[in-house]
Amino acid sequence: MTSSDHRRDASLSRRALLQAGAAGAALIAAPAVLRAQAPAVKLGIIQPVTGALAEAGELGRLGAELAIADINAAGGLKALGGARIEMVFADNRSNPEAAAQEVERLQGEKVAAIVGGFGSGLCMTATQAAARYDLPYLVDVGVADSITTRGLKNTFRMAPSFSMATSVALKNLVTLNDAAGKPAKTVVIVHEDGLFGSGLAKLLGTELPKLGFEVLETISHPTPARDMSNIALRIRSLKPDLVIPSNYYGEFVLLARTMQQQRIRPKAIYAIFGGAASSLRFVKEFPQAADGIIDCNHWHDPKNPRSAEIRRRTEAAGKSYVYNVPLNYSAVTLMAEAIEAAGSVESAKILEVLSSRDFGSGVMPYGRSKFVEGQNVSALPLNTQIQDNDVKVIYPDAFAQVKPVFPLKA
Amino acid sequence: MYSTEIVLEAVLNGLLTGGVYALVALGLTLVYGVLHIINFAHGALLTCAMFMVWAAWAWLGIDPYAAVLVVGPLMFGLGYGMQRLVIGPASRHDDGNILLVTLGLAIVLENALLAGFKSDTRTVATDYALEVVSIGPLLLSQPRLVGFAVTIVMTALLWLVLNRTDIGKAIRAVAREKTGARLVGIDVDHVYAVTFGIGCVCLAVAASLLMPTFYVNPRIGGAFVLVAFTIVVLGGMGSVVGALLGGLLIGAVESLSSLYLGDSLGQLGIFLIFIVVLLVRPTGLFGARV
Repeated sequence: MTSSDHRRDASLSRRALLQAGAAGAALIAAPAVLRAQAPAVKLGIIQPVTGALAEAGELGRLGAELAIADINAAGGLKALGGARIEMVFADNRSNPEAAAQEVERLQGEKVAAIVGGFGSGLCMTATQAAARYDLPYLVDVGVADSITTRGLKNTFRMAPSFSMATSVALKNLVTLNDAAGKPAKTVVIVHEDGLFGSGLAKLLGTELPKLGFEVLETISHPTPARDMSNIALRIRSLKPDLVIPSNYYGEFVLLARTMQQQRIRPKAIYAIFGGAASSLRFVKEFPQAADGIIDCNHWHDPKNPRSAEIRRRTEAAGKSYVYNVPLNYSAVTLMAEAIEAAGSVESAKILEVLSSRDFGSGVMPYGRSKFVEGQNVSALPLNTQIQDNDVKVIYPDAFAQVKPVFPLKA
Repeated sequence: MYSTEIVLEAVLNGLLTGGVYALVALGLTLVYGVLHIINFAHGALLTCAMFMVWAAWAWLGIDPYAAVLVVGPLMFGLGYGMQRLVIGPASRHDDGNILLVTLGLAIVLENALLAGFKSDTRTVATDYALEVVSIGPLLLSQPRLVGFAVTIVMTALLWLVLNRTDIGKAIRAVAREKTGARLVGIDVDHVYAVTFGIGCVCLAVAASLLMPTFYVNPRIGGAFVLVAFTIVVLGGMGSVVGALLGGLLIGAVESLSSLYLGDSLGQLGIFLIFIVVLLVRPTGLFGARV
């Protein structure tokens, strides 16, 4: 301190001096409190919060943040002396290369495990990068089967893979169609041309004919796409009973709106992992285009009272509720349970626990989650339909809130 | 096979989209015709204009169409200043240098936008984005019809400016014979900068027509400029009418190839045409100078 500083100090009022003293005392006291606790456990959360998938990534991050806040508020990880979870956030920028780079960074920051990823392509590179360090990685959404079938020992997926989801979706589609007297016979598939959409379209193309549906055409489009008028034209000319879209939010909304404007009204839009088909933002912004759309997707257990609370907290944060929130919430609670059970932040111990025992599934309708070769075999997608400006579960019966409306009025 | 109605609608959709492509190509061809430079910064400048339109909407609540009144003069100033202060002095009258300078500017502009706005894709939400006009059995997008009409008006205006005004005469004089123009008292540097500015105004108009239905991110210009180069080559380097007709043709080809080959391969047709034109008729359909 220079002499001029001393002079200024001398002119401070008594009240200011007292305030400064109190603040100083708090500062000195704080480290002592921290020292008394176990060191925080760093958890890597990776989501696309910039780029084409930013909106979904923001919601995924929110789900993770809510879970971490809840765990810390409830006393942290008890098996580790009440250690708090500290989130180390990574933005994969909707870009597979960036996803791998960010995993390297998280490894550098010494995270105990990673949760998230969102897009299939993003999860592929990220899990592979994490595998080099045997870093436990719990995929939230990324549905491509190949994520868990490559034999990576560090990679686990909470949600259903697309082959699991597709078999449920097709089973429910047949149930739906049979119950209504089989009004639907022909199908057009519209999918994004990335790993997720193309893989799903290929699978549907082989499975639907076996169930008696005729696939009139499979139409692909890039992400992002800002024009669906040619696709709508093709649908209009083919006049299918069902349109099955598999794409991300922006494209799904554009397709639904373009179809509405071009007055195309199939008997149902039956989405499988439809980007916006169970998004409350879509329902709120374009209620007419959204009405009646059926989706088979990740969704929370509507009978679990905590899921309503998570939805309320999402809306309180000024965001529209979609599955990314409960799924990431549940993935983080599952990973926290695994770290507790391992009693350690050592990768080998966490991996051992993840592949050997079962876990609570947060607010997802999975019962007890159990991983076999990285895939949660209890994972189950739900069928939802947009009715009365809300997303309601229609199948399976154990979780159903309303009866399905099918076929839609022309 | 598709019914004639569907094909007709796809062609019309393509022609309407082609109008905006033509507008982007118009700026490019004008700058080439006068300055004899291939402006690699054209795409980055379009991105700038699109961000300006987006910012006007997001921050000031100005409708994208009305934003052209603000963005147009701004882009003219940007273009004029860039040519006068950066490209002109740095080029030292060597065309090879200009090429590198514009390429450098493109990199600087794109990365400045990336630093400022991140790689997020941004959109403008308007009530009329998905409005349709039905003509008989056909349903045409209203914003595209507007875009098409504005493109025709812009092309006519540009033609009038070039052929009926003093500055137009000066531009044509400089394009034809730079030294001669200087000898009769034309301020060549000023004319260069004005031309560059007009090219940028075309981009401002294109940006305000695009934003209601399209999106912007710092790398979006590249997608358009590649199409614009194809149009300029197809129409003939430096030809205003060639740019318009080339744009419409490319739009229709793109739409048809996306109808028949799928949206993922929609641009395939464009680049096939590009290669064929280069092989068969390198001067383009209207190989005249401005």
